[in-house]
Amino acid sequence: MNIGIIDCGGANLNSIYYSFKRLGINAIISNSLNELSEMNAYVLPGVGSADVVMNTLRKRDLINFIKCTNKPILGICIGMQILFDYSEENQTRCLGIIDGNIEKFNVNDGVNVPQMGWNKVECDADKNLNGYYYFANSYFNKDSKFTIGYSSYGNKFSSIIKKDNILGCQFHPEKSSKAGERFLTYFIKLI
Amino acid sequence: MLTKRIIPCLDVKNGQVVKGIKFKDHEVVGSIVELAKKYNYEGADELVFYDIAASTYDGIVSKDWVKIIAEMINIPFCVAGGIKSISDARQILNNGADKVSINTPALENPDLIKELANEFGSQCVVIGIDSMIENNKYIVYSKTGDENTIKNTQIETKEWIDKVQSLGAGEVVLNCMNQDGVRNGYDIVQLNEMLKNCDVPLIASGGAGCMQDFQDVLTDTSSSGALAASVFHKNLVDIKELKEFLLNQSINIRL
Repeated sequence: MNIGIIDCGGANLNSIYYSFKRLGINAIISNSLNELSEMNAYVLPGVGSADVVMNTLRKRDLINFIKCTNKPILGICIGMQILFDYSEENQTRCLGIIDGNIEKFNVNDGVNVPQMGWNKVECDADKNLNGYYYFANSYFNKDSKFTIGYSSYGNKFSSIIKKDNILGCQFHPEKSSKAGERFLTYFIKLI
Repeated sequence: MLTKRIIPCLDVKNGQVVKGIKFKDHEVVGSIVELAKKYNYEGADELVFYDIAASTYDGIVSKDWVKIIAEMINIPFCVAGGIKSISDARQILNNGADKVSINTPALENPDLIKELANEFGSQCVVIGIDSMIENNKYIVYSKTGDENTIKNTQIETKEWIDKVQSLGAGEVVLNCMNQDGVRNGYDIVQLNEMLKNCDVPLIASGGAGCMQDFQDVLTDTSSSGALAASVFHKNLVDIKELKEFLLNQSINIRL
């Protein structure tokens, strides 16, 4: 089994690569369509901003590829946010695979922005995924038809989404210790 | 809501973990790899790697060390030490760090904060502030890695916290220098004063000596977490025991 980590310009793709390696899974970091099409599943990683990630995907001709593949895709953080229709972050039109929008946390709700730290995730669909995960984000999706995990920061928000071959998480499983490893194992089982 | 973070910090000089008292008289306290592994295993919520001599002697933190640690741990990893440019930060992040922490270079070139936040996002940009009271005012110090280079910047800490937030910093680590390495407890008074106008997460640093000190800072201030070095390196406090203790005191902690 091989996982393609889609290089969409952000830094720190290696920590995702290392986390699969620790689980004994082969992964490559690539932005080449040829190379990626050989893989069994994909990760859309999440460092950067929505507009930068979307522009990079467009430039590298990867948008249709992501929209059309039937293989499992895991979107992490920004990689999950760009699966939605639209992000408030620099008014960015996103992939539109999941109905809904991304908005910004508000300090008036009594929270620090960005959200940085470990937050509780509750997933009724699979209680094995319940636990504390590491988040580092200023933007979020409130709720969607495909949300299966929720967390709370000022307000309730989507922390896990799932639709067909697509899985998304607002947190960083690669940085979430044992809970994160359980989540990545859950993704691997979808392959 | 977020749990309070317990953050061990590896102060590194010449490839070894060291610890000083009030930023001087450094002694070697352990190996980078062993301590990083141990803290990850014990349930640390984050690890900070701080090359204390980098800014003092115009170096950049050893990127090979960053890679070695990043391969090993599965918790957030913040790297500090002599990061002066976007390309320095990119190297560190590409080697597996999640955040970079800037101290002296941000004082020398505040626009660097803005550039880093635009390039990598605010969540990647941590500002370390070394602060000490002087004539009833909290003042920022720079180049604190060595007693011979340490410098009073004349900038008031409160003003600097305002400024770094407006430039896009995503987190502040406030090192209260009067307390550093002396293990007499965190500087609750200063932390509360600085938290008043801080909208980004603020991490308390300097002064941890026993488990009670962590309880005090996490109940008496709204700090997002507590950073410590020597109490962990010297095995005076075990992270797993500490977290169980804090949870028993009804503090929101991840076990």
